[in-house]
Amino acid sequence: MSVHYPALVVVMPVVAALIIAILAWVHPSRALPVAVAALAAAAGAAAMMLVRVLAHGPFAYHLGGWPPPVGIAYEIDHLNALVLAVMAAVALINLLAVWPQAEQRFAERTVFFYALYLLFCAGTFGILVTGDAFNLFVLLEITSISGYALIGLGRRDAALASLNYVFMGTIGASLYLLGIGYLYLVTGSLNMADMAAILPRIQDSRVVTAAFIICMTGLFMKMALFPLHGWLPNAYSQAAGPVCSLIAPLTTKTMIYVMVRIGLYVFSPQFTFGRLDLARAMVWLAVMAIVFGSLTALAQTNLRRMLCYVVVAEVGYMVGGFWLGTRTAMTGAILHIVNDAAMTLCVFLVVGTIGHQLKSDTFDTLRGAFRRMPWTMAVMVVAGLSLIGVPPTCGFFSKWYLLGGALAAGHWGLAGALVFSSLVNTLLFFRIFEIAYFEPVNTGNYGHAAPLRYAEAPPAMLAPMIAAAMGLIVLGLLTGEIVTRLIAPAIPAAIP
Amino acid sequence: MWDDFVRLAVAKANYWIYIVLMCIGLWGMIVKGNLVKKIIGMNILQTAIILFYVSIASKAGATLPIITHHGPGTDSIQAVGHINPLPHVLMLTAIVVAVATLGVALALAMRIHRDYGTLEEDELLAMMREK
Repeated sequence: MSVHYPALVVVMPVVAALIIAILAWVHPSRALPVAVAALAAAAGAAAMMLVRVLAHGPFAYHLGGWPPPVGIAYEIDHLNALVLAVMAAVALINLLAVWPQAEQRFAERTVFFYALYLLFCAGTFGILVTGDAFNLFVLLEITSISGYALIGLGRRDAALASLNYVFMGTIGASLYLLGIGYLYLVTGSLNMADMAAILPRIQDSRVVTAAFIICMTGLFMKMALFPLHGWLPNAYSQAAGPVCSLIAPLTTKTMIYVMVRIGLYVFSPQFTFGRLDLARAMVWLAVMAIVFGSLTALAQTNLRRMLCYVVVAEVGYMVGGFWLGTRTAMTGAILHIVNDAAMTLCVFLVVGTIGHQLKSDTFDTLRGAFRRMPWTMAVMVVAGLSLIGVPPTCGFFSKWYLLGGALAAGHWGLAGALVFSSLVNTLLFFRIFEIAYFEPVNTGNYGHAAPLRYAEAPPAMLAPMIAAAMGLIVLGLLTGEIVTRLIAPAIPAAIP
Repeated sequence: MWDDFVRLAVAKANYWIYIVLMCIGLWGMIVKGNLVKKIIGMNILQTAIILFYVSIASKAGATLPIITHHGPGTDSIQAVGHINPLPHVLMLTAIVVAVATLGVALALAMRIHRDYGTLEEDELLAMMREK
């Protein structure tokens, strides 16, 4: 059984999604246990694979027994074992936290919400484990298409936001597919390890350069890197709360993982950082993404929209850290993939819960929120501190590595942008805390304050949320272990 | 010079065709204001890439990739005499992906039309601003 974990991580959610789609006609109420069981099993398998990688190093799974490069191989190494374990946990915690909201919000359509949720997770987990470039495209589209449908479940304007996401996402995926086509043209292979062995011999070819640029551009669109981020704020702010707290942590972070995978393990680091001087331009683009995301977040008056722009800035962190091409910055970027997934889960869960309990997510409705929803706001404080970068939350540590890497590389632009963004995040979150704690409650009743209605979320929603907040601190405390035992072996020796 | 250009255009006709198709698709998605036209543009873009893949499979003078005489005691397979079947198989999957994307896009467009009564982007944005 344990041999099949890499395949089971993907197959179980897919099968469960099919079962749920059938159950929709017979026993709609059984859908939730099936979904939770499938995700729990996937998360368990991901954790077991992490343990195995820690003990015995990387291993591969050959689908159907066909050895690569002919067959599709799922390759588990230090990098994806770490990301997969965290992403699977994020998906499971989110489902446990949002199902009461989802059942109220989607009513009889909840069954389809669960089915799409599982398909989305299956695609994401598949992207993380696969060692085949074309298989990655297919799984990417499984994730994207179920993501479009999930976002379309939102409020009235969600359909247009989702359709715009379809357009941008399809251009991105098509460019990735085209880039892979060019690589196939010159290497005759689709297996990533096989391509990596062939590419150094032909890396002066212009086809390889074109393939690299086209592939990366497609991924930049999918990960919402400024200035290709246009789809993200609308799609995420119009999506329903339960959908948003799934898609926001997983989508952009998975795409950054793919960028790391392609940049380090398909193309060699020498090619990625040495050829074309592309790396320098990319770091500056990341600086612009951070500054733009932070400034635009400052201008928002809606909690969810503000966080969408924080996500745009966070994408800049990881892209900047990756393209600096040094060991410290790369460590920071990979650590931030994991940390940012956990932090984004936490903040979007809080915002979804506030939106559900208080029926709005503008700043005005937050007045008195600390008294109305003390526990939810406590989670918000932890997540906010982590996004600002206060120890011992995990956000501090990845930012520390990123900042250290930027300073060591002498890149003052990126270092400045990181500090600037931390300061802006301080402003953003302390403004929220101030409104929620100190501002007088305006009930619109000619100044006669109505008694505050206690509006805390039920324990079933609170418990997973608090677990997620604890996770931020646990991840922070485990930073040393994660860096030395997982991230250090994942970075190729060629990186200085 | 003109001769060189024509020779290049003819020799690499498949690439020219896919690039032109891709540009038509992108043009439709970026410039057109009607959502259904944008969806058509998206489909043209995807089809362009499918054609690119299929075109790179062909070889001069090659035949169908069906092996009739496989087994011990027969001649080894001459890959040069058969077109490469792999891109076709990959594109079967890509076609399925394109169909699924098209389905979701059309479903969303139907919902927009039901809710707002129009598919013109400028009218939709004007309506959303009014609220």
